[in-house]
Amino acid sequence: MRLSRVLRAGAVVTALALSVAACGGGKKADASDSLVDKASSAKKLTVGIKFDQPGLGLKKPDGSFEGFDVDVARYIAKELGVDAANVTFKEAQSKERENLIKNGDVDFIVATYSINDDRKKSVDFAGPYFIAGQDLLVKKGNTSITGKESLNGKNLCSVTGSTPAQNIKDKFSKEANLQQYGKYTDCISALLNGTVDAVSTDDVILAGYAAQYPGKLDLVGQPFTTEKYGVGLKKGDTKAQKAVNDAILKMENSGDWKKSLETNVGPSGYKIPDAPAITEK
Amino acid sequence: MDYLSKYDLLGAFWVTVQLTVLSAVGSLVWGTLLAAMRVSPVPLMRGFGTAYVNLVRNIPLTVIITFSAVGLSSTLGVVLADKNEHGFFEVNNFRLAVLGFTLYTATFVCEAIRSGINTVPVGQAEAARALGLGFGQTLRIVVLPQALRSVVAPLANVLIALTKNTTVASVIGVAEASLLMAEMVEKQADLLPISALFALGFVVLTLPTGLVLGWIGRKVAVKR
Repeated sequence: MRLSRVLRAGAVVTALALSVAACGGGKKADASDSLVDKASSAKKLTVGIKFDQPGLGLKKPDGSFEGFDVDVARYIAKELGVDAANVTFKEAQSKERENLIKNGDVDFIVATYSINDDRKKSVDFAGPYFIAGQDLLVKKGNTSITGKESLNGKNLCSVTGSTPAQNIKDKFSKEANLQQYGKYTDCISALLNGTVDAVSTDDVILAGYAAQYPGKLDLVGQPFTTEKYGVGLKKGDTKAQKAVNDAILKMENSGDWKKSLETNVGPSGYKIPDAPAITEK
Repeated sequence: MDYLSKYDLLGAFWVTVQLTVLSAVGSLVWGTLLAAMRVSPVPLMRGFGTAYVNLVRNIPLTVIITFSAVGLSSTLGVVLADKNEHGFFEVNNFRLAVLGFTLYTATFVCEAIRSGINTVPVGQAEAARALGLGFGQTLRIVVLPQALRSVVAPLANVLIALTKNTTVASVIGVAEASLLMAEMVEKQADLLPISALFALGFVVLTLPTGLVLGWIGRKVAVKR
Protein backbone atom coordinates (compact mmCIF):
# COMPACT_ATOMS: atom_id res chain seq x y z
CA MET A 1 0.00 0.00 0.00
CA ARG A 2 2.66 2.37 1.14
CA LEU A 3 4.90 1.37 -1.71
CA SER A 4 2.24 1.47 -4.39
CA ARG A 5 1.36 5.00 -3.45
CA VAL A 6 4.96 6.03 -3.78
CA LEU A 7 5.22 4.25 -7.10
CA ARG A 8 2.12 5.96 -8.39
CA ALA A 9 3.52 9.35 -7.43
CA GLY A 10 6.72 8.27 -9.09
CA ALA A 11 4.90 7.42 -12.31
CA VAL A 12 3.36 10.88 -12.46
CA VAL A 13 6.72 12.49 -11.91
CA THR A 14 8.41 10.32 -14.50
CA ALA A 15 5.76 11.25 -17.04
CA LEU A 16 6.36 14.90 -16.16
CA ALA A 17 10.11 14.54 -16.44
CA LEU A 18 9.81 12.74 -19.76
CA SER A 19 7.67 15.47 -21.20
CA VAL A 20 10.20 18.04 -19.98
CA ALA A 21 13.00 16.05 -21.56
CA ALA A 22 11.03 15.83 -24.81
CA CYS A 23 10.63 19.62 -24.86
CA GLY A 24 14.34 20.02 -24.26
CA GLY A 25 14.95 18.18 -27.51
CA GLY A 26 17.32 15.28 -26.91
CA LYS A 27 20.03 16.00 -29.45
CA LYS A 28 21.95 12.82 -29.96
CA ALA A 29 25.69 12.92 -30.25
CA ASP A 30 26.58 11.80 -33.75
CA ALA A 31 29.98 11.49 -35.35
CA SER A 32 29.99 15.10 -36.54
CA ASP A 33 29.85 16.70 -33.08
CA SER A 34 32.42 14.49 -31.41
CA LEU A 35 34.61 16.13 -28.81
CA VAL A 36 37.63 15.41 -31.00
CA ASP A 37 36.26 17.41 -33.95
CA LYS A 38 35.09 20.22 -31.73
CA ALA A 39 38.53 20.52 -30.15
CA SER A 40 40.35 20.63 -33.48
CA SER A 41 37.97 23.11 -35.08
CA ALA A 42 37.13 25.48 -32.19
CA LYS A 43 40.53 25.21 -30.48
CA LYS A 44 38.96 25.64 -27.08
CA LEU A 45 37.29 23.39 -24.52
CA THR A 46 35.24 23.66 -21.37
CA VAL A 47 36.10 21.12 -18.71
CA GLY A 48 34.20 20.28 -15.54
CA ILE A 49 36.35 19.91 -12.41
CA LYS A 50 35.90 20.18 -8.68
CA PHE A 51 36.68 23.64 -7.32
CA ASP A 52 37.00 22.67 -3.68
CA GLN A 53 39.24 19.65 -3.42
CA PRO A 54 42.82 20.40 -2.50
CA GLY A 55 45.30 18.27 -4.42
CA LEU A 56 42.74 17.28 -7.05
CA GLY A 57 40.72 20.22 -8.28
CA LEU A 58 41.06 23.48 -6.44
CA LYS A 59 40.27 27.04 -7.43
CA LYS A 60 42.79 29.25 -5.70
CA PRO A 61 41.93 32.72 -4.39
CA ASP A 62 43.70 34.34 -7.36
CA GLY A 63 41.41 32.45 -9.76
CA SER A 64 43.95 29.93 -11.01
CA PHE A 65 43.47 26.17 -10.74
CA GLU A 66 45.66 23.41 -9.41
CA GLY A 67 45.46 19.72 -8.69
CA PHE A 68 45.84 16.31 -10.24
CA ASP A 69 42.45 16.41 -12.00
CA VAL A 70 43.38 19.81 -13.41
CA ASP A 71 46.66 18.44 -14.76
CA VAL A 72 44.89 15.45 -16.31
CA ALA A 73 42.29 17.73 -17.91
CA ARG A 74 44.98 20.01 -19.34
CA TYR A 75 46.96 17.05 -20.64
CA ILE A 76 43.92 15.60 -22.41
CA ALA A 77 43.11 19.01 -23.87
CA LYS A 78 46.69 19.35 -25.11
CA GLU A 79 46.51 15.95 -26.77
CA LEU A 80 43.28 17.03 -28.46
CA GLY A 81 45.10 20.09 -29.80
CA VAL A 82 43.92 22.75 -27.35
CA ASP A 83 46.36 24.97 -25.44
CA ALA A 84 46.12 25.20 -21.66
CA ALA A 85 45.20 28.88 -22.06
CA ASN A 86 42.10 27.96 -24.07
CA VAL A 87 40.75 25.53 -21.52
CA THR A 88 37.91 26.98 -19.47
CA PHE A 89 37.22 25.28 -16.17
CA LYS A 90 33.69 25.02 -14.88
CA GLU A 91 32.68 23.78 -11.47
CA ALA A 92 31.18 20.29 -11.62
CA GLN A 93 29.59 19.47 -8.29
CA SER A 94 28.97 15.78 -7.79
CA LYS A 95 25.21 15.80 -8.30
CA GLU A 96 25.34 17.96 -11.41
CA ARG A 97 27.95 16.02 -13.34
CA GLU A 98 25.62 13.97 -15.57
CA ASN A 99 23.50 16.96 -16.48
CA LEU A 100 26.49 19.14 -17.29
CA ILE A 101 27.60 16.57 -19.84
CA LYS A 102 24.12 15.81 -21.19
CA ASN A 103 23.32 19.49 -21.73
CA GLY A 104 26.68 20.18 -23.30
CA ASP A 105 27.67 22.74 -20.64
CA VAL A 106 31.05 21.05 -20.43
CA ASP A 107 32.92 19.03 -23.03
CA PHE A 108 34.24 16.52 -20.57
CA ILE A 109 34.56 16.04 -16.82
CA VAL A 110 37.59 15.21 -14.69
CA ALA A 111 36.20 15.52 -11.18
CA THR A 112 36.91 12.46 -9.00
CA TYR A 113 34.18 10.84 -11.07
CA SER A 114 33.85 7.17 -10.14
CA ILE A 115 32.87 4.84 -12.94
CA ASN A 116 29.73 2.87 -12.11
CA ASP A 117 26.90 1.18 -13.98
CA ASP A 118 24.13 3.60 -13.01
CA ARG A 119 26.19 6.53 -14.24
CA LYS A 120 27.05 4.71 -17.44
CA LYS A 121 23.36 4.82 -18.32
CA SER A 122 23.61 8.57 -18.83
CA VAL A 123 27.26 9.24 -19.68
CA ASP A 124 30.26 7.44 -21.14
CA PHE A 125 33.60 7.16 -19.39
CA ALA A 126 37.17 7.03 -20.58
CA GLY A 127 39.93 5.68 -18.39
CA PRO A 128 40.15 5.06 -15.50
CA TYR A 129 43.03 7.45 -15.03
CA PHE A 130 43.31 6.72 -11.32
CA ILE A 131 42.14 4.10 -8.86
CA ALA A 132 41.30 5.38 -5.41
CA GLY A 133 39.76 3.59 -2.46
CA GLN A 134 37.79 4.70 0.54
CA ASP A 135 40.13 5.20 3.46
CA LEU A 136 40.33 6.92 6.83
CA LEU A 137 42.10 10.10 7.86
CA VAL A 138 42.98 10.43 11.54
CA LYS A 139 44.83 12.87 13.76
CA LYS A 140 48.57 12.36 13.87
CA GLY A 141 49.48 9.92 16.61
CA ASN A 142 46.11 8.18 16.68
CA THR A 143 47.02 4.51 16.73
CA SER A 144 43.63 3.17 17.76
CA ILE A 145 42.29 3.23 14.21
CA THR A 146 44.20 0.95 11.89
CA GLY A 147 41.56 0.19 9.29
CA LYS A 148 37.94 -0.72 8.85
CA GLU A 149 38.21 -3.45 11.55
CA SER A 150 38.92 -0.95 14.31
CA LEU A 151 35.91 1.33 13.97
CA ASN A 152 34.01 0.01 16.97
CA GLY A 153 32.52 2.92 18.89
CA LYS A 154 34.36 5.47 16.74
CA ASN A 155 32.93 8.66 15.33
CA LEU A 156 33.33 9.09 11.60
CA CYS A 157 32.67 12.06 9.37
CA SER A 158 31.90 12.30 5.69
CA VAL A 159 29.99 14.50 3.29
CA THR A 160 26.19 14.48 3.26
CA GLY A 161 24.77 11.94 0.83
CA SER A 162 28.13 11.06 -0.72
CA THR A 163 29.05 7.51 -1.70
CA PRO A 164 31.57 7.15 1.17
CA ALA A 165 28.93 8.26 3.67
CA GLN A 166 26.48 5.73 2.24
CA ASN A 167 29.14 3.01 2.39
CA ILE A 168 29.64 3.71 6.09
CA LYS A 169 25.90 3.65 6.70
CA ASP A 170 25.55 0.35 4.84
CA LYS A 171 28.61 -1.45 6.21
CA PHE A 172 29.63 0.01 9.56
CA SER A 173 26.48 1.55 11.00
CA LYS A 174 26.45 -1.00 13.83
CA GLU A 175 29.94 -0.17 15.05
CA ALA A 176 30.49 3.47 14.23
CA ASN A 177 28.64 6.76 14.53
CA LEU A 178 28.43 8.79 11.37
CA GLN A 179 28.44 12.57 11.30
CA GLN A 180 27.59 14.03 7.91
CA TYR A 181 28.51 17.58 7.03
CA GLY A 182 27.95 19.56 3.85
CA LYS A 183 31.65 20.02 3.17
CA TYR A 184 34.85 18.07 3.81
CA THR A 185 36.42 21.14 5.41
CA ASP A 186 33.77 20.94 8.17
CA CYS A 187 34.73 17.30 8.70
CA ILE A 188 38.42 18.22 8.86
CA SER A 189 37.76 20.90 11.48
CA ALA A 190 35.71 18.40 13.50
CA LEU A 191 38.62 15.98 13.22
CA LEU A 192 41.13 18.61 14.32
CA ASN A 193 39.10 19.56 17.39
CA GLY A 194 38.45 15.96 18.31
CA THR A 195 34.69 15.70 17.79
CA VAL A 196 35.19 12.90 15.31
CA ASP A 197 37.91 10.26 15.30
CA ALA A 198 38.27 9.89 11.55
CA VAL A 199 37.19 11.41 8.26
CA SER A 200 36.38 8.94 5.55
CA THR A 201 36.35 9.28 1.79
CA ASP A 202 38.59 8.32 -1.14
CA ASP A 203 42.22 8.09 -0.06
CA VAL A 204 43.52 10.51 -2.67
CA ILE A 205 41.02 13.17 -1.58
CA LEU A 206 42.07 12.67 2.04
CA ALA A 207 45.69 12.92 0.98
CA GLY A 208 44.93 16.32 -0.53
CA TYR A 209 43.62 17.55 2.83
CA ALA A 210 46.45 15.92 4.76
CA ALA A 211 48.87 17.82 2.52
CA GLN A 212 47.15 21.05 3.56
CA TYR A 213 47.85 20.42 7.25
CA PRO A 214 51.35 18.97 7.18
CA GLY A 215 52.26 17.02 10.29
CA LYS A 216 48.78 17.14 11.81
CA LEU A 217 46.87 14.40 10.02
CA ASP A 218 47.63 10.82 9.09
CA LEU A 219 46.21 8.67 6.33
CA VAL A 220 45.49 5.17 7.64
CA GLY A 221 46.37 3.61 4.28
CA GLN A 222 44.03 0.61 4.31
CA PRO A 223 41.51 1.35 1.55
CA PHE A 224 38.37 -0.81 1.68
CA THR A 225 36.64 0.05 -1.58
CA THR A 226 37.74 0.54 -5.18
CA GLU A 227 36.82 3.76 -6.92
CA LYS A 228 37.88 4.01 -10.53
CA TYR A 229 38.10 7.64 -11.55
CA GLY A 230 37.09 8.09 -15.16
CA VAL A 231 36.78 10.99 -17.56
CA GLY A 232 33.09 11.71 -18.12
CA LEU A 233 32.10 12.06 -21.77
CA LYS A 234 28.91 12.52 -23.75
CA LYS A 235 27.08 9.24 -24.25
CA GLY A 236 27.90 7.60 -27.55
CA ASP A 237 31.01 9.63 -28.36
CA THR A 238 33.30 6.64 -28.95
CA LYS A 239 35.74 8.70 -30.97
CA ALA A 240 36.37 10.92 -27.96
CA GLN A 241 36.59 7.94 -25.65
CA LYS A 242 39.41 6.49 -27.74
CA ALA A 243 41.25 9.81 -28.03
CA VAL A 244 40.99 10.47 -24.28
CA ASN A 245 42.17 6.96 -23.47
CA ASP A 246 45.20 7.51 -25.72
CA ALA A 247 45.91 10.78 -23.95
CA ILE A 248 45.69 9.14 -20.52
CA LEU A 249 48.04 6.35 -21.61
CA LYS A 250 50.49 8.87 -22.98
CA MET A 251 50.39 10.87 -19.77
CA GLU A 252 51.03 7.74 -17.71
CA ASN A 253 53.91 6.56 -19.88
CA SER A 254 55.59 9.95 -20.13
CA GLY A 255 55.97 10.21 -16.36
CA ASP A 256 53.83 13.37 -16.17
CA TRP A 257 51.12 11.35 -14.48
CA LYS A 258 53.35 10.37 -11.58
CA LYS A 259 54.98 13.78 -11.38
CA SER A 260 51.62 15.50 -11.06
CA LEU A 261 50.54 13.17 -8.26
CA GLU A 262 53.81 13.70 -6.43
CA THR A 263 53.47 17.49 -6.42
CA ASN A 264 49.76 17.54 -5.63
CA VAL A 265 49.22 14.83 -3.03
CA GLY A 266 52.74 13.56 -2.38
CA PRO A 267 53.47 15.87 0.61
CA SER A 268 50.89 13.97 2.69
CA GLY A 269 53.04 10.84 2.63
CA TYR A 270 50.45 9.13 0.45
CA LYS A 271 51.99 6.20 -1.42
CA ILE A 272 51.37 6.79 -5.10
CA PRO A 273 49.94 3.65 -6.71
CA ASP A 274 50.72 2.30 -10.15
CA ALA A 275 48.82 3.72 -13.07
CA PRO A 276 45.66 1.70 -13.75
CA ALA A 277 44.89 -0.14 -16.97
CA ILE A 278 42.29 1.38 -19.27
CA THR A 279 39.02 -0.54 -18.97
CA GLU A 280 36.45 1.73 -20.64
CA LYS A 281 36.75 1.04 -24.36
CA MET B 1 12.33 5.02 -11.42
CA ASP B 2 12.33 1.31 -10.55
CA TYR B 3 14.88 1.99 -7.79
CA LEU B 4 12.32 3.88 -5.69
CA SER B 5 11.44 0.87 -3.56
CA LYS B 6 15.05 0.70 -2.33
CA TYR B 7 14.74 4.03 -0.53
CA ASP B 8 12.68 5.02 2.49
CA LEU B 9 11.02 8.09 1.04
CA LEU B 10 8.25 8.30 3.60
CA GLY B 11 10.73 7.94 6.46
CA ALA B 12 12.77 10.86 5.15
CA PHE B 13 9.72 13.07 4.73
CA TRP B 14 8.60 12.06 8.22
CA VAL B 15 11.83 13.54 9.59
CA THR B 16 11.07 16.70 7.59
CA VAL B 17 7.62 16.84 9.18
CA GLN B 18 9.07 16.34 12.67
CA LEU B 19 11.66 19.06 12.13
CA THR B 20 8.95 21.40 10.86
CA VAL B 21 6.44 20.78 13.63
CA LEU B 22 8.94 20.99 16.50
CA SER B 23 10.59 24.11 15.10
CA ALA B 24 7.20 25.66 14.41
CA VAL B 25 6.08 25.19 18.01
CA GLY B 26 9.41 26.46 19.33
CA SER B 27 9.48 29.52 17.09
CA LEU B 28 5.85 30.36 17.84
CA VAL B 29 6.64 30.49 21.57
CA TRP B 30 9.97 32.31 21.21
CA GLY B 31 8.59 34.60 18.49
CA THR B 32 5.64 35.63 20.66
CA LEU B 33 8.01 36.40 23.53
CA LEU B 34 10.18 38.46 21.20
CA ALA B 35 7.13 40.38 19.95
CA ALA B 36 6.13 41.06 23.55
CA MET B 37 9.64 42.37 24.22
CA ARG B 38 9.55 44.61 21.17
CA VAL B 39 6.36 46.35 22.31
CA SER B 40 7.19 46.35 26.01
CA PRO B 41 7.69 49.59 27.99
CA VAL B 42 11.11 48.41 29.25
CA PRO B 43 13.85 49.94 27.04
CA LEU B 44 16.29 47.09 27.73
CA MET B 45 13.84 44.45 26.54
CA ARG B 46 12.86 46.54 23.52
CA GLY B 47 16.52 46.97 22.67
CA PHE B 48 17.23 43.27 23.03
CA GLY B 49 14.20 42.29 20.91
CA THR B 50 15.10 44.73 18.15
CA ALA B 51 18.77 43.76 18.14
CA TYR B 52 18.00 40.02 18.16
CA VAL B 53 15.49 40.19 15.32
CA ASN B 54 17.64 42.37 13.12
CA LEU B 55 20.73 40.32 13.74
CA VAL B 56 19.37 36.80 13.45
CA ARG B 57 17.02 37.24 10.51
CA ASN B 58 19.84 38.68 8.43
CA ILE B 59 22.19 35.73 8.94
CA PRO B 60 21.90 33.09 6.21
CA LEU B 61 20.17 30.02 7.58
CA THR B 62 22.94 27.71 6.37
CA VAL B 63 25.39 29.68 8.50
CA ILE B 64 23.15 29.37 11.56
CA ILE B 65 22.67 25.63 11.11
CA THR B 66 26.33 24.96 10.36
CA PHE B 67 27.34 27.08 13.35
CA SER B 68 24.98 25.20 15.65
CA ALA B 69 26.76 21.96 14.79
CA VAL B 70 30.34 22.96 13.98
CA GLY B 71 30.58 25.93 16.33
CA LEU B 72 28.20 25.38 19.20
CA SER B 73 28.38 21.62 19.49
CA SER B 74 31.67 20.53 18.02
CA THR B 75 33.88 23.43 19.15
CA LEU B 76 32.17 24.82 22.24
CA GLY B 77 31.07 21.40 23.43
CA VAL B 78 27.34 22.06 23.85
CA VAL B 79 25.63 18.70 23.36
CA LEU B 80 21.91 17.98 23.41
CA ALA B 81 22.12 14.20 23.63
CA ASP B 82 24.00 11.46 25.44
CA LYS B 83 27.51 11.40 24.02
CA ASN B 84 28.16 7.75 24.78
CA GLU B 85 25.03 6.45 23.20
CA HIS B 86 25.17 4.84 19.78
CA GLY B 87 23.68 7.15 17.19
CA PHE B 88 24.65 10.21 19.23
CA PHE B 89 25.22 12.37 16.15
CA GLU B 90 21.78 11.69 14.72
CA VAL B 91 19.95 12.74 17.87
CA ASN B 92 22.27 15.62 18.64
CA ASN B 93 22.15 17.01 15.09
CA PHE B 94 18.39 16.74 14.94
CA ARG B 95 18.02 18.73 18.16
CA LEU B 96 20.61 21.28 17.10
CA ALA B 97 18.73 21.73 13.83
CA VAL B 98 15.46 22.28 15.69
CA LEU B 99 17.25 24.82 17.89
CA GLY B 100 18.70 26.61 14.87
CA PHE B 101 15.38 26.70 12.99
CA THR B 102 13.58 27.91 16.10
CA LEU B 103 16.01 30.78 16.72
CA TYR B 104 15.85 31.81 13.06
CA THR B 105 12.14 31.40 12.33
CA ALA B 106 11.16 33.13 15.60
CA THR B 107 12.35 36.43 14.13
CA PHE B 108 9.81 36.17 11.31
CA VAL B 109 7.08 35.03 13.69
CA CYS B 110 7.91 38.00 15.92
CA GLU B 111 7.58 40.49 13.08
CA ALA B 112 4.31 38.92 11.88
CA ILE B 113 2.83 39.12 15.37
CA ARG B 114 4.09 42.66 15.86
CA SER B 115 2.30 43.70 12.68
CA GLY B 116 -0.81 42.00 14.12
CA ILE B 117 -0.43 43.99 17.32
CA ASN B 118 -0.44 47.16 15.24
CA THR B 119 -3.86 46.25 13.83
CA VAL B 120 -5.40 46.37 17.32
CA PRO B 121 -6.66 49.94 17.89
CA VAL B 122 -4.62 51.83 20.47
CA GLY B 123 -7.84 52.71 22.30
CA GLN B 124 -8.18 49.08 23.39
CA ALA B 125 -4.83 49.02 25.13
CA GLU B 126 -5.55 52.42 26.66
CA ALA B 127 -8.93 51.20 27.90
CA ALA B 128 -7.30 48.11 29.38
CA ARG B 129 -4.71 50.22 31.18
CA ALA B 130 -7.48 52.54 32.40
CA LEU B 131 -9.20 49.51 33.90
CA GLY B 132 -6.04 48.87 35.88
CA LEU B 133 -4.56 45.97 33.90
CA GLY B 134 -0.76 45.85 33.84
CA PHE B 135 1.33 45.58 30.66
CA GLY B 136 1.45 41.78 30.77
CA GLN B 137 -2.26 41.47 31.38
CA THR B 138 -3.13 43.96 28.65
CA LEU B 139 -1.01 42.07 26.18
CA ARG B 140 -2.23 38.63 27.24
CA ILE B 141 -5.91 39.26 27.68
CA VAL B 142 -6.69 42.08 25.27
CA VAL B 143 -4.09 42.67 22.57
CA LEU B 144 -2.46 39.34 21.68
CA PRO B 145 -5.68 37.32 21.16
CA GLN B 146 -6.84 39.85 18.60
CA ALA B 147 -3.39 40.25 17.09
CA LEU B 148 -2.92 36.50 16.59
CA ARG B 149 -6.29 36.17 14.89
CA SER B 150 -5.30 38.70 12.28
CA VAL B 151 -1.93 37.16 11.46
CA VAL B 152 -2.85 33.55 10.71
CA ALA B 153 -2.22 34.01 6.99
CA PRO B 154 1.24 35.62 7.41
CA LEU B 155 2.13 32.92 9.95
CA ALA B 156 1.10 30.29 7.40
CA ASN B 157 3.63 31.86 5.03
CA VAL B 158 6.30 31.58 7.71
CA LEU B 159 5.35 27.93 8.31
CA ILE B 160 5.56 27.09 4.60
CA ALA B 161 8.95 28.79 4.39
CA LEU B 162 10.05 26.83 7.46
CA THR B 163 8.96 23.53 5.90
CA LYS B 164 11.18 24.18 2.92
CA ASN B 165 13.98 25.63 5.05
CA THR B 166 14.29 22.31 6.89
CA THR B 167 16.18 21.01 3.84
CA VAL B 168 19.14 23.03 5.12
CA ALA B 169 19.45 20.53 7.99
CA SER B 170 21.12 18.12 5.59
CA VAL B 171 24.33 20.18 5.82
CA ILE B 172 24.78 18.88 9.35
CA GLY B 173 23.64 15.39 8.43
CA VAL B 174 20.03 15.29 9.60
CA ALA B 175 18.44 12.51 7.56
CA GLU B 176 15.51 14.48 6.17
CA ALA B 177 14.12 14.56 2.65
CA SER B 178 16.88 16.55 0.95
CA LEU B 179 19.58 14.30 2.38
CA LEU B 180 17.84 11.27 0.91
CA MET B 181 17.58 13.19 -2.33
CA ALA B 182 21.34 13.79 -2.29
CA GLU B 183 21.91 10.08 -1.67
CA MET B 184 19.58 9.04 -4.47
CA VAL B 185 21.10 11.47 -6.96
CA GLU B 186 24.58 10.29 -6.04
CA LYS B 187 23.69 6.61 -6.48
CA GLN B 188 21.26 6.71 -9.39
CA ALA B 189 22.66 9.61 -11.43
CA ASP B 190 19.13 10.63 -12.36
CA LEU B 191 18.86 14.25 -11.20
CA LEU B 192 15.72 15.56 -12.92
CA PRO B 193 13.13 12.87 -12.06
CA ILE B 194 14.45 12.60 -8.49
CA SER B 195 14.34 16.38 -7.94
CA ALA B 196 10.85 16.50 -9.40
CA LEU B 197 9.73 13.75 -7.04
CA PHE B 198 11.05 15.61 -3.99
CA ALA B 199 9.61 18.91 -5.19
CA LEU B 200 6.28 17.12 -5.44
CA GLY B 201 6.72 15.78 -1.91
CA PHE B 202 7.17 19.30 -0.57
CA VAL B 203 4.15 20.55 -2.48
CA VAL B 204 2.14 17.75 -0.90
CA LEU B 205 3.28 18.97 2.51
CA THR B 206 2.89 22.71 2.03
CA LEU B 207 -0.18 23.03 -0.18
CA PRO B 208 -2.63 21.69 2.43
CA THR B 209 -0.87 23.77 5.10
CA GLY B 210 -1.55 26.93 3.12
CA LEU B 211 -5.14 26.00 2.28
CA VAL B 212 -6.13 24.93 5.78
CA LEU B 213 -4.47 27.88 7.52
CA GLY B 214 -5.91 30.27 4.95
CA TRP B 215 -9.38 28.95 5.72
CA ILE B 216 -8.77 29.17 9.48
CA GLY B 217 -7.43 32.69 9.02
CA ARG B 218 -10.63 33.79 7.33
CA LYS B 219 -12.76 32.10 9.99
CA VAL B 220 -11.09 33.71 12.98
CA ALA B 221 -10.25 37.12 11.50
CA VAL B 222 -11.46 40.04 13.59
CA LYS B 223 -14.07 41.90 11.53
CA ARG B 224 -13.60 45.61 11.95
